[in-house]
Amino acid sequence: MPPVIALDCVAAFLCIAVLAVIIARSAAASRIVYGATFIVAVIAVATACAQSAAGAWEISLPLGIPWIGAHLRIDALAAFFLIVINLGGAAASLYALGYGQHEEAPHRVLPFFAAFLAGMNLVVMADDAFTFLLAWEFMSLASWALVVSHQQEPANIRAGYIYLVMASFGTLCLLLAFGLLAGTDGGYAFSAIRASHPSTYLAAAVLILALIGTGSKAGLIPLHVWLPLAHPAAPSHVSGLMSGVMTKVAIYGFLRIVFDLLGTPDWWWSVIVLALGGITAVLGVLYALMQQDLKRLLAYSTVENVGIIFIGLGLALAFRANSMNWAAAVALTAALLHVLNHMLFKNLLFFGAGAVLTSTGLRDIEQLGGLIHRMPATSFTFLVGAAAISALPPLNGFVSEWLTFQAVLLSPQIPQWGLKLIIPAVGALLALAAALAGGCFIRAFGIAFLGRPRSDAAARAGEVDRFSIAAMSALAFLCLLTGVLPGLFIDRLAPVIQLLTGGQMPHQLSIPWLSIVPIAESRSSYNGLLVFLFIAVSTSLAVLGIHRLASRAVRRSAAWDCGFPDANPATQYSGSSFAQPIRRVFGSTVFRARENIHMPAPGDNGPASFTVVVRDLIWDLIYVPIARAVGWLADRLNYFQFLTIRRYLSLVFLALVSLLLILAIWS
Amino acid sequence: MMLTDLIVQGTQMALVLALAPLLTGLSRKFRAHLLSRQGPSIFQPYRDLLRLLRKDVVLAENASWLFRVAPYLIFATTWVAAALVPTFATGLLFSWSADLIAIIALLGSARFFLALAGLDVGTSFGGIGSSREVLIASLAEPAMMMIVFSLALIAGSTQLSTMADFMLSPAVGLRVSLGLALIALVMVAIAENARIPVDNPATHLELTMVHEAMVLEYSGRHLAMIELAAALKLQLYIALIICLFVPWGIARGDASIVSCAIGAVAFVLKIVIAAFLLALFETAIAKMRVFRVPNFLGAALMLSLLGTLLLFVSRSL
Repeated sequence: MPPVIALDCVAAFLCIAVLAVIIARSAAASRIVYGATFIVAVIAVATACAQSAAGAWEISLPLGIPWIGAHLRIDALAAFFLIVINLGGAAASLYALGYGQHEEAPHRVLPFFAAFLAGMNLVVMADDAFTFLLAWEFMSLASWALVVSHQQEPANIRAGYIYLVMASFGTLCLLLAFGLLAGTDGGYAFSAIRASHPSTYLAAAVLILALIGTGSKAGLIPLHVWLPLAHPAAPSHVSGLMSGVMTKVAIYGFLRIVFDLLGTPDWWWSVIVLALGGITAVLGVLYALMQQDLKRLLAYSTVENVGIIFIGLGLALAFRANSMNWAAAVALTAALLHVLNHMLFKNLLFFGAGAVLTSTGLRDIEQLGGLIHRMPATSFTFLVGAAAISALPPLNGFVSEWLTFQAVLLSPQIPQWGLKLIIPAVGALLALAAALAGGCFIRAFGIAFLGRPRSDAAARAGEVDRFSIAAMSALAFLCLLTGVLPGLFIDRLAPVIQLLTGGQMPHQLSIPWLSIVPIAESRSSYNGLLVFLFIAVSTSLAVLGIHRLASRAVRRSAAWDCGFPDANPATQYSGSSFAQPIRRVFGSTVFRARENIHMPAPGDNGPASFTVVVRDLIWDLIYVPIARAVGWLADRLNYFQFLTIRRYLSLVFLALVSLLLILAIWS
Repeated sequence: MMLTDLIVQGTQMALVLALAPLLTGLSRKFRAHLLSRQGPSIFQPYRDLLRLLRKDVVLAENASWLFRVAPYLIFATTWVAAALVPTFATGLLFSWSADLIAIIALLGSARFFLALAGLDVGTSFGGIGSSREVLIASLAEPAMMMIVFSLALIAGSTQLSTMADFMLSPAVGLRVSLGLALIALVMVAIAENARIPVDNPATHLELTMVHEAMVLEYSGRHLAMIELAAALKLQLYIALIICLFVPWGIARGDASIVSCAIGAVAFVLKIVIAAFLLALFETAIAKMRVFRVPNFLGAALMLSLLGTLLLFVSRSL
């Protein structure tokens, strides 16, 4: 009976966490723990794959609040996310079998890693509000512990603090959302919530709260501020999990509340989701382009991809509000496929960044360079990940973006004017984000892996261990597989789509040549397999033809560089100079980017200087005032700490009287 | 049926490859004439390619495998993309395997590897080229996508063959959005192909160069591949404009040999005219500063977005 195995897997993760506490100090601890989590995660993936075809499975456990109990349920949606979580978990465990050996304080990482996996699994399986929130908080706290695991660095402590505040705020919003959904009777089980039909205003309030609660975990702008601080602070395999998997759990939360529990949407809900998604996608990638820290760059790129997923979700909401279920199916398939794809390539890229960190001790791309010579396997897999996230055919990122574009093209039939105007604009934002993402990853790969080494550490780098390479290669292979045979994955998504939208895309595997077709072949179709074959064949033809007909000689010599080669690697383009044109065009408004150039006068021997000032306007304009207001209020309230007993007593008396007054007036 | 389609597809692949250098040669010849020069023969690009093929490759000392693989990948992706844009007949066997969005993305793949190749050796010129190419692409790609949106909304499909068929049907009519899309497409094509006023394919050692800066370290057969890919890309964009805006003469459906021949002659004629117009435009306008390019492409983006918005407002605009 497969579903019980899913529950057993959660229990197994928790046992591993306890075991890890006990054996953490022994030398073999990380091998044992990561080996165990790898096996359990693989079993969980297999179980979820078997489950996704069958119907829903549920169980109640006598845990938690006595009269509610803990309800667990695995339906098609949960099964899909279980696959995403545990596939990511398995890859991270495999990677960590090698990477974890370099961990200085394994006792700070190992128990929380297993607990984190258990928490994420449990969130997806929860079938009542109480279990959901409990699992959600468990997941947040486990990941917080991982973020502050390297507590010697003050930056990590700050990241952990901001993460904790934002996570609490998000959970508060979710708590309120579930409170509103459950109503005064306290029907906290999801089945009870589904049966009740909330009024329009209530549903709107729940939507906003759910959007804030899950959006803050997923990294929607402007709630993203913790993400680029916290994700890079954790060890790299955990960064991969947080970026690739935990943000997806947040998206699961949004899907569960808005698509499943709230019932039929109003059309204007989608306007909010679309606008937030579009802004998040473009700003996320612009932030990513400005970063020098490789892991922070990847974290900002996660923000961008979450935006792309939310665009898909917003389109699905818009279509569902207008009962265009077939179109909603396309949009939601695009979003869910991007969930899977982003998990694959973001884990891969974070693992690559971790490999670079292991090998050189550096995260700053301005210090790297030339790693393609010294870390060939890592470079190749990172290149595959970079191409996939830049949405290049025939890899997987392109398929989900292509489907999203197709969904945009279905939307002129929507009658509402608000949507008619916002959807093309969001389509343009999506296209802009896709183009900038390409540039962002050309910069990331080109500066870090190509060119000449910019530091001794980069020049002395070596390839990483075989576990890390195995994990990265497996993910790179999956990126290609999902891109070449997307129909396989789209068909597996069909039950989820049916469940959430009531519509379906055509059955993909029955289409000749394994093409994918969103609506009809005359409208649009794409065949990743053929495109891949065409590129492979024409590349081979070119290579064969050239090598047969043309000169095959190769000579090595110094770089030409227009006759002015310079031996100093500092004369190469750096990450900052590469981004300079984009910073100048987009950043002067978005970041208030300013370049200060100081040239000493002729005859002056002082050094010239060049500094770039980039402001994070969201932080400066939203968070700093809020923090200041909270500080100010706390200062004022501090007064109440130092009162005499008489004043305290009179305060209590006043409070009592006013409460009684309110009660009297209320009734 | 299948066989004819296969032949059409095969002919198309050979045709684009054979015609691409001719287009470059023609536009250079026209340009030279407009500047009252004799100019090299229109077959000079073929000779250049052959000469490059015979030469040794000189690789920079720290060039990696990516640097050696990139020319073939760039050529292959561009060739695949060019083979999917109808030139003389719409009934291409594999036209459904990649629609217009995928063709744009294939060109994006070529650009991705070209920009990486520019960074590989670690020179300042390569970096400047890649960096500027990324800037241009960051605006040209969304503009192109918006053009695709406009055309797809008019034709009800993103398949190029279906689009070309629709453009030949009387249902098209004169539309504002089509006009906007055409202007934007021409602007994007100029920028994407590194032509004046965005870039100058004829110069080296100039601080404003983009494409030539990226390929500065290439030589021999690698350079030949890249030059051929660049010629193919120019030809692709011109074929795209032709098949979407002036598709007359193109063979439709299950074409006979005669209609294919007519289509081929019509295509060559249109290519000659396009080469002349390109040369005329390039001699009439001055190269702009690199930081003026975003304004130029921003205008293309806004025009194409306006076209899409109009179509969202009313399908008949």
